Amino acid sequence: MRLSEHIYRTVSSLAGHLLFVRKVFSSRIGEVARIIAPDGRVMEGEVLKIEGEDVLIQVYGETRGLDIERTSVIFTDSVKKAPLSEDIIGRRLNGSCLPIDGKPLFIPEKWMPISGYPINPSSRASPKEFIETGFSALDGLNTLVKGQKLPIFSCAGLPSKELAAGILRNAAAKGEKGFVVIFVALGLTHHECSFYTDVLEEMQGGFAAFMNKADDPVMERLLAPRFGLTVAEYLAFEKGMDVLVVITDMTNYCDALREVSTAREELPGRRGYPGYMYSDLASIYERAGKIKGMKGSVTILPVITMPEDDITHPIPDLTGYITEGQIVLDRELHRKGIFPPVDVLPSLSRLMQSGIGERNTRGDHRKIANSLYKYYAKGRELRRLEAIVGRDSMTEKDRLMLDFADTFEKEFISQGERRRDINETLDTGLNILKRFSLD
Amino acid sequence: MTGKIKGISGPTVSVDLKGLKLYERVCVGHSMLTGEVVRIEQGRTVIQTYEDTKGLSINEPVEATGMPLTVRLGPGLLSGMFDGLQRPFSRLIEETGAFIKTGKDICALDYQRRWRYHPLKDKGEEIKSGEIIGYVEEGRFRHFIMSSNNGKISSIVDGDFTLNEPLVELEDGSKIFGCYEWSVRIPRPYKKKFSPSGPLITGQRAMDFLFPLARGGTAVLPGGFGTGKTILEQSIAKFAGVDIVVYVGCGERGNEMAELIEDFATLTDPWTGKRLMERTIVVVNTSNMPVAARESSIYTAVTMAEYYRDMGCHVLLLADSISRWAEALREISSSLEEMPGEEGYPTYLASRLSNFLERAGVVETLSGKTGSLSMILSVSPPGGDFTEPVTQACLRSAGASLMLDTSLAHKRHFPAINWFQSYSLYEKAISRHFTAHISEKWDELRQRCKEILQRESALKEVAEIVGMEGLQDSDRFIMYVAERVRMEFLCQNAYTEDAFSPPEKTVLKIGEIIEFYDNTQKTLKEGMPIDEILKM
Repeated sequence: MRLSEHIYRTVSSLAGHLLFVRKVFSSRIGEVARIIAPDGRVMEGEVLKIEGEDVLIQVYGETRGLDIERTSVIFTDSVKKAPLSEDIIGRRLNGSCLPIDGKPLFIPEKWMPISGYPINPSSRASPKEFIETGFSALDGLNTLVKGQKLPIFSCAGLPSKELAAGILRNAAAKGEKGFVVIFVALGLTHHECSFYTDVLEEMQGGFAAFMNKADDPVMERLLAPRFGLTVAEYLAFEKGMDVLVVITDMTNYCDALREVSTAREELPGRRGYPGYMYSDLASIYERAGKIKGMKGSVTILPVITMPEDDITHPIPDLTGYITEGQIVLDRELHRKGIFPPVDVLPSLSRLMQSGIGERNTRGDHRKIANSLYKYYAKGRELRRLEAIVGRDSMTEKDRLMLDFADTFEKEFISQGERRRDINETLDTGLNILKRFSLD
Repeated sequence: MTGKIKGISGPTVSVDLKGLKLYERVCVGHSMLTGEVVRIEQGRTVIQTYEDTKGLSINEPVEATGMPLTVRLGPGLLSGMFDGLQRPFSRLIEETGAFIKTGKDICALDYQRRWRYHPLKDKGEEIKSGEIIGYVEEGRFRHFIMSSNNGKISSIVDGDFTLNEPLVELEDGSKIFGCYEWSVRIPRPYKKKFSPSGPLITGQRAMDFLFPLARGGTAVLPGGFGTGKTILEQSIAKFAGVDIVVYVGCGERGNEMAELIEDFATLTDPWTGKRLMERTIVVVNTSNMPVAARESSIYTAVTMAEYYRDMGCHVLLLADSISRWAEALREISSSLEEMPGEEGYPTYLASRLSNFLERAGVVETLSGKTGSLSMILSVSPPGGDFTEPVTQACLRSAGASLMLDTSLAHKRHFPAINWFQSYSLYEKAISRHFTAHISEKWDELRQRCKEILQRESALKEVAEIVGMEGLQDSDRFIMYVAERVRMEFLCQNAYTEDAFSPPEKTVLKIGEIIEFYDNTQKTLKEGMPIDEILKM
């Protein structure tokens, strides 16, 4: 604990978002530094590295206009913390946790470090409660469970935001008390932001939004998800609410991470992303979960736009290794006019097994899901054959399988904006299976 | 000895403390974070901390301990759950609640608990280091106490004891305790190593039948995400025919670990009917826990595994996943500003990995017993690409490789073991064993099974061009039988009764399919059309 505030005017060099200060008497790693620009603007930064009396600071905010002579740096002796209160529900804030809805900041009940602490693995309760999203492709075949982290892998131009918005609306509409959505926008365009804002305002349940727009400081993209999750943990584990955190678009987060890493002249990994990206992403996604003896839950639904539609690109690849499954959107289904264009074959919810069945959904859920999946996979495989040999030279059974795949896409996957509850989803599936009687 | 912190960069800290030894353990800062010396220069020592350094300040004190990074070995480890530094989670909850905070050094063993000592060596007897001098009952295990010194016994504790009381005193005044510390980086000694020979039964048909593993052997499971590595590892942990299982969750998901813990607490061991957790030790360092502790977690685990091996147990170490360990190694290496090798991994990746894998084996222990330590490591290659450095380094030293295939997983064929790419170097020896002990047709059936799968893949290429209709009847029949082999034999649902298939059942099942194949082929030759056969 330092007894007085230390102000330094010993900036030695500036490069991008990085700032070096010399002759620092005492500083902590991860400490927040306030930077006062020559024109009086105040920005925040974080201590990244200390080497004797030299300190490296990463600046959150616009570094344009900083200089060596007149810029001063104040060390605050505290790590970055988020203000917490239930009054955050209904508010819109920016990536640095400052209100952007024209109202003053609420009075915090407490402050917590935004980097959070890892949940003790033996305190974790294994996630078992079903969340109804209203989409058959998810509820029926890739069930979302409270405490899960399930990303949506999208491609540029696909309606991922309509899907995310649909999930927001429907999951909340279940009418459970204490359901809250934390919405984190990272580098979204104005158009997308206003779309989401409208959706959030329409919802009956509560929400809190952290908005970092495409023209906001890039470095805030590293902060916004952590603010969002700190608030989520507070609401879930101290106030007993079920919190759904939607983060879009994580691709922008990873790009910001790469930007910092290259500025620090670190050794780049695949495609220039830093070698620690796995651990860094895990420090975000792993905050999802449920804790034994506590009521609430944190569920994370990140949206990722796969660069070049490539699922092996480092961002979706590392994400897939951390998250419990993935929902993959497909361009071809979208072209056929199917909404949501979820390709169920590469999609997977790892926690589905424990979230369905008698207690949660329906006793026959597993059986229906397995049959649908099996025949659709078969049908899709036969489509390749059809392209080579033509439909006429295929067996009758194979032709039936092809028809099944088409019907499945048109009637089960495709549902437009309309919400289906789990019974309707399963009945639709059962109905298709009966019509084709493939068994 | 105390010094001061002079620089901090991520998890590496440099200090001005002199007289430190390489790989010595140190306590860093006011919150006493655990660290290890990794580099010594003139006037500056670089320390790798095993915990989050956030909030650590310059000029905070650093204290030397004079010891390397160790684990505590003694009774009470079984059914325990530890982090990468061997801190028990149950007591971490008491200390810091549901979230793990830094800087708590909690002992792995319970020093309050009383154990009953059953001496096997009497007063006046000469004992040698490593020799068994007595035992305690740890659940259903006879936990042998091994001597740490040479000498003549002068007194023995009577009845119950706690771990901080000496068990045996020697004439030269030295004392032997029920537990001791052992450096994690030093393999425990043994008399002699043998090559692996006995089978390691996993209960997975695809493994036991096609790619069998040996006790004391090593295997890797490479597979992209969603190929079911974790589920396969966990199934093996549940059903493997060994005495003790050490499961390492290295940089993986927290929820998965919660599920595993729940499963193990409720399931019973199919070999003994006792609770599964009684034979299990779990070491967990989830992906959001400190990176350096992730690197050390596999060493913590293997040291405990070796300790039980030394009592003459058959131990299986499962690690999920070794790629996360390699990535931790890479992160540490790059924070030390070392010259990178392939894809940024340090150049010593392959040698570290093979050193680790060499800790497996069948050994004659110092006390003359035979014990084995087997390893099964999963590998998560980025993008599912098996040409990357970690998979390749594993393939060079492991005895078996079970390649998990994304396209099989998409077809919901689990375990998604690709039967063309996988191999096991123990295949011959273990098949011989099964042929002698389970069924004399084992080897023959295996050959037939492989042939059918081979034929299918050749025919599939033809069928893609001419269509199924264009194939000859006999070929279509082979396709049909191969499908049965795949669906009924190789597939195994981890959530049903079928999750564990003992070798007797395995051979029965494949025997039936092959018999059907032989019989029906006869009728086919007699001229019955294929469509009618398939209808039956």
